[in-house]
Amino acid sequence: MNLIFLPIQILLVIFLLFAFTRVIFRYREGSIPFGMFLFWTGIWALASVGIIVPDFTTFVAQKIGIGRGSDAVIYASLIVIFYLLFRLMVAIESLRHQITKVIREIALQENSSTKKKKQK
Amino acid sequence: MKRLVVIPAFNEAPAIFKTLTSLKKTLKTVAKFDILVIDDGSTDGTAEKAQKARVNILRHRLNRGLGGALGTGLAYAKRKSYDLVVTFDADGQHDPKDIAKVAAPIENNEADLVIGTRTKSKAGQMPLDRALITRVSNLVTWFLFGIWTSDSQSGFRAFSQKALDCIEIKTEGMEVSSEIFSEVKKHRLKIAEIPIRVIYTAYSRSKGQDNLNAFNVLVKLLLRLGR
Repeated sequence: MNLIFLPIQILLVIFLLFAFTRVIFRYREGSIPFGMFLFWTGIWALASVGIIVPDFTTFVAQKIGIGRGSDAVIYASLIVIFYLLFRLMVAIESLRHQITKVIREIALQENSSTKKKKQK
Repeated sequence: MKRLVVIPAFNEAPAIFKTLTSLKKTLKTVAKFDILVIDDGSTDGTAEKAQKARVNILRHRLNRGLGGALGTGLAYAKRKSYDLVVTFDADGQHDPKDIAKVAAPIENNEADLVIGTRTKSKAGQMPLDRALITRVSNLVTWFLFGIWTSDSQSGFRAFSQKALDCIEIKTEGMEVSSEIFSEVKKHRLKIAEIPIRVIYTAYSRSKGQDNLNAFNVLVKLLLRLGR
């Protein structure tokens, strides 16, 4: 196994460590649930393995029938990114729905309080 | 029987007063209907114009879209225990005289949801682009929800009390028109179609569903199904 690191590997690992610290901080402040903490920890851990041991990605790629390790990483990343994009869109729609509920409740309450004032 | 007409309105200041006065005049000869305008965050004084017509107004602080406004109207009707709700466009494209026809199947206990269909009427033909979009929307509604209707996008509908109790509107935009059919299927509601007259003017054509918006509506419907 080749353990002499190239500058790009060092830079990428530093970035991944930074990204991982963000995951820990966001989890500790309660911004993300435990499931999301595990998911992102897994993603960054896998990315670290791929950077530190490039042969690992080639090994996986050959096992699943893709020639090069880098190709396998790109395919997998694209799938994950598109899925996350989908989840993000669903989350935004859900937020919009929550906002509508609040706006609706305010409108209904204002209407009934205006009617009560008129009756007085 | 407690009856309500719900009118969702977003920036309809040029048309709303005329629509409301003509509606009030016609309803006097039909039956006792209350009128509720949902001002969906308008910025052009729609609510003030509606107030002049002396009708009940609910104001959204922010624009939430057609689905949001309809949902508020139906929620109001549910809380106030209305037996019959008719939804009516604010832009003047619907004929108030059709309200009696559209409400009749509910009054006679023949249906839970009535669609005022624009495609079966000989009076007031739909412009070609709108007719095409409506046909595509009907196909999408059939494909996604398994219900065939001749006008899935019509804003002229009547709801029975049972429909009010069952139907829960979750979408905010124009996709609400298709979502209603999903709820109809889910709760096995009885549906009826009544031909209505459409009055297409340059103003009413500039409002309503933008042709390019149809794709956006489809994406949102798929997103809702897939989440």
